[in-house]
Amino acid sequence: MTRFQSASQTAGPYVHIGCTPNFAGLENMYGGHELGAEMFSSDAVGAWMTVTGGDFDGDGIPVTDAMLEFWQADASGRYAPHGGSEGWGRRAVDAEEARYKLRTILPAGLGCEAPHIKVWIVARGINLGLHTRIYFDDQDNWQDPLLAAIDDPVRKSSLIATRDGDHYNFDIHLQGDYETVFLNV
Amino acid sequence: MGLHPQALTPDYRSSRLRSPNQKLLSLPPGQGELTGPTFGHGLIGPNDHDLIINYAAPGAAAIGEQIMVHGHLLDENARPVPQVLLEFWQANAGGRYRHQKDSYLAPLDSNFGGCGRTITDNDGYYSLRTVRPGPYPWPNGGNDWRPAHIHFSCFGTGWAQRLITQMYFEGDPHIPLCPIVQSTADPKAIEGLTARLDMANTEPMNFRAFRFDVILRGKASTLFENKLEGN
Ligand SMILES: [Fe+2]
Repeated sequence: MTRFQSASQTAGPYVHIGCTPNFAGLENMYGGHELGAEMFSSDAVGAWMTVTGGDFDGDGIPVTDAMLEFWQADASGRYAPHGGSEGWGRRAVDAEEARYKLRTILPAGLGCEAPHIKVWIVARGINLGLHTRIYFDDQDNWQDPLLAAIDDPVRKSSLIATRDGDHYNFDIHLQGDYETVFLNV
Repeated sequence: MGLHPQALTPDYRSSRLRSPNQKLLSLPPGQGELTGPTFGHGLIGPNDHDLIINYAAPGAAAIGEQIMVHGHLLDENARPVPQVLLEFWQANAGGRYRHQKDSYLAPLDSNFGGCGRTITDNDGYYSLRTVRPGPYPWPNGGNDWRPAHIHFSCFGTGWAQRLITQMYFEGDPHIPLCPIVQSTADPKAIEGLTARLDMANTEPMNFRAFRFDVILRGKASTLFENKLEGN
């Protein structure tokens, strides 16, 4: 028997209540612990780094009610190396500028795939959660099949975080001239 | 098969500037799409699934019609999706969210936070206890009211199955009027998002039960033929 998938519905403006309740102001919900606060345990092996950025709509206005989730391989290219939720993280963007900050380790590539972090974006006005990827401008990206499938250099660059000192910047543009490439995974 | 809404649904005004203009880029699923995080039962506190008491003062309870919502998390081939995290959030019985940006005049309930979570069992079964949320007005077309609804966040076994949706209540007259519900366009999809009164599991003199199954995309082996259509 096959069944129809449950249709996606927007996460709405209050997704933070459900997914990052302490951030949303529900004091001490779930013991005050926010799920996905840490991508890896602090003793995980690899090059630790920080990725920061903002999330913008078609007019360049910050999308302050967004929630982002991240999923990545570890420094040896394995997903979920020990089961559990290592390699997964979740962020509420901030209420003023819609910025996020992710502390994690640089993933290794897997096969032809260059090192990247998968991102999933939900917010008010997004009917179906948007998938994209964060690649890194100082890594070897030329064999990556996804990047190779994008001809337009502006589109391609929307997937590549730029290194600035000890951190990377990666902005997400939901629409417009700098629109991020989104994926049908 | 998927009956997901298009990104741009102009009657839902927020989608106008938050929908990509470009088509989604398709790619075959790799290891990272077929795997995903898992969460053990150890994560879940005994009252996490019970919104009536999980934010209430000791001995107190949230105000509203007490209900149980339950069902199965399945994939498209009707296989149970066991041991995955479900998260819920909703307005209180008066239609007010506990959020700084919700200024609706219905009062907050000091004993209601509005979020909960659980992990499906080995049969993909879940249940939560809550108060039935109130409908609420929202700034969209001038006089738009959301049907009563509970937001559901669902993990699957793989990253590509991640889903957020909303559950509505059978018989709600706002369902056909709501631009967010109607973003799905297909009556079968809306039917699939509508919980049914379940008298068989309604506890006499206690609470009413509603049944609501959530269907995710197929798992690893079938993901490839279950690509989203029309994108
Ligand atoms: Fe809502």
